[in-house]
Amino acid sequence: MPSPLKISLFIPCFVDLMYPRVGISMVRIFEKLGHKVVVPKGPACCGQPAFNTGYWDQSREIAIRLMESLQNAEVVVIASGSCGAMMKVFYPELFAGTKYEALARALAPKCHEFAGFLVNQLGVTDLGARFPHKVTFHDGCHGLRELNNKRPPRELLSKVNGLELLEMDAAETCCGFGGTFSAKFPAISTAMGEAKCAAALATQAEFVVSCDSSCLMQIQGLADKRQLPVKTIHLAEVLVQA
Amino acid sequence: MNTPASQFNADARRVSADLRHRGIIRTAMNNYEVVRDRRKAGFQDWQGARDLAARTKCETISHLDTHLEQFARLLEARGTVVHWAANAQHARDIILGIVRGKNARVIVKSKTMTSEEIHLNEALENAGCEVVESDLGEFIVQLREEPPYHLVFPAMHLTRAEIQQTFQRKSHDAPSDNPEDLTMVARRVLREKYLQADVGITGANFAIAETGMISITENEGNARLTAALPQTMITLIGIEKVLPRLEDLALFLPMLAVMGTGQPLACYNTLYGGPRQPGEADGPEEFHVVMLDNRRTTLLADAEQRDALGCIRCGACLNVCPIFCNVGGHTYGTVYGGPIGSVITPHLRGLHEWKHLGYASSLCGACSETCPVRIDLHHHLLQNRRNASYAKPIRWQKLAFQLFALVANRPRLWSLTTRLARLGQKFHGLIKGRALDPAQAWTRTREIQPIARQSFHEWWKERGK
Ligand code: SF4
Repeated sequence: MPSPLKISLFIPCFVDLMYPRVGISMVRIFEKLGHKVVVPKGPACCGQPAFNTGYWDQSREIAIRLMESLQNAEVVVIASGSCGAMMKVFYPELFAGTKYEALARALAPKCHEFAGFLVNQLGVTDLGARFPHKVTFHDGCHGLRELNNKRPPRELLSKVNGLELLEMDAAETCCGFGGTFSAKFPAISTAMGEAKCAAALATQAEFVVSCDSSCLMQIQGLADKRQLPVKTIHLAEVLVQA
Repeated sequence: MNTPASQFNADARRVSADLRHRGIIRTAMNNYEVVRDRRKAGFQDWQGARDLAARTKCETISHLDTHLEQFARLLEARGTVVHWAANAQHARDIILGIVRGKNARVIVKSKTMTSEEIHLNEALENAGCEVVESDLGEFIVQLREEPPYHLVFPAMHLTRAEIQQTFQRKSHDAPSDNPEDLTMVARRVLREKYLQADVGITGANFAIAETGMISITENEGNARLTAALPQTMITLIGIEKVLPRLEDLALFLPMLAVMGTGQPLACYNTLYGGPRQPGEADGPEEFHVVMLDNRRTTLLADAEQRDALGCIRCGACLNVCPIFCNVGGHTYGTVYGGPIGSVITPHLRGLHEWKHLGYASSLCGACSETCPVRIDLHHHLLQNRRNASYAKPIRWQKLAFQLFALVANRPRLWSLTTRLARLGQKFHGLIKGRALDPAQAWTRTREIQPIARQSFHEWWKERGK
């Protein structure tokens, strides 16, 4: 086993408020693996909403504080592929040509999304979890395309006792969340979500699993409104089940 | 007032809820994906091919002036007249000038999106010409008085039955909805027109600097007839379409076919080097090439986004775009739809009026992942958002993000806000999904996830005690 790490866990704003169990599951998993988890005192958000809407100055206000709070971190695990991409990929772009660029570039390689971190950094795939259900996996776009996170979650799922993974049609197609996009263009966002729900239902899986709570919020929200038999769960919550 | 943004919003709402439209496009795209992937697998190293294509385009665009000069010089040496058009008006004037000089009455056209960009048909018709589109898809949408729906498949939104109805209504000649029968109807009409036409107008896929030739890719042979039969040929082409070497086509022709239509190569790939030379049996007597800028040089000046000039208009980014597939091609309200259109239109037609296209994206990145020339499409959408908000910030939005930063940056304020939000949520049920609901854009079609009784940070704090 690799020597114990001090893992700085960053819990994005909406995970903190709406999906605390995702963060709690991650804490339990890392501790079970013998690592120490710290939650740095810093901003509650990575600044992505402002960044994605074009308000880069306001995004920087948050990002600077967050980078400073993580300056001495050994490794940073982010409880969302989307926010992980923000910190790893977009911070260097957000601060390009500013005095914070070096800070952003130093932080980027330390940042990891949860599933990618477990598999690629810790070399762990089998957590001894048990989840006797049929599931389908939805790839969050940022995790998939910005962080190249296709394989890790599937490897983790493949080792879960009793779990059967049923790939859905167009697993890589966006669920339609897209942050402020979902409120700016609700009709398009809803149409995309409907297609996603239909693809998930067609697999007859009991659960839709993802590394991104925001995608699950979109899928679950839509399914509940229509009373579709779709249940969503974050990967960390699956892996913590014994 | 009907602005491009309000038109986009209204059409997007309507079309994205249209299940029939969704079904037609889904079927078409599924078929496309299968053949595209099969052909892509025919490349030994597809990612390597993309790298090479991106590099070639990037180097060409960095020395655009040199390549264009060489291209024009060699074309002119064989008797072609090369024109330079600064903008759409200028290009229309040049083409109208040629058409008037020939006293042309009938004009056949092969597929050219660039002519859509400058609204050429309208100008020619206003000048009294009969203009006939010879590409089957274009022919159909012309009959319906619609703009092309897609860069490559102009009529993909129509069913066979709708096409039959269109033919019946317009030419009273539509024996069945069988594709072959419908094609024969179009062919009968078009064959007549090729013979009558005084001028043929084409677009071009590539301009080869090394040999001074234009390259046209097509599947129906209509571009060849458009070029060969009328006495005068006019080719309209954007200045960014130049490629340095003839051998570059060995990469770009299959790439265009694979990503455009899922073919290993399109049926006809033709190089045109000038008008009929002494001793040659056929070809036009006069050949004009109109090189169009129309703010492409503005895009060239933008170091961040100039890679967008490398676009080969294969349409692949449209096909994988969930926005395009849901709102459809006409919703964009401008000639270039889909991700590439959303990137370049604000540059070509003005950021302020077209900035909404940058926001109409979930930034999923499927476009950038598929683009054969590796244009960083979805990141350019982000940059367009940034440019728009710097140029003209929306005051309440800016304020909201300032406020959010204030709260998010202070753990104490954040925890207070958490508690307040929990309280506010109790009352949300009363207005949820109704007109008064501030979250109605979400709640009309989706349930909202409640704030947890204990947030993560509250849990963490309690645990530390
Ligand atoms: S941007 Fe890329 S994928 Fe889209 S049409 Fe152009 S070349 Fe094709």
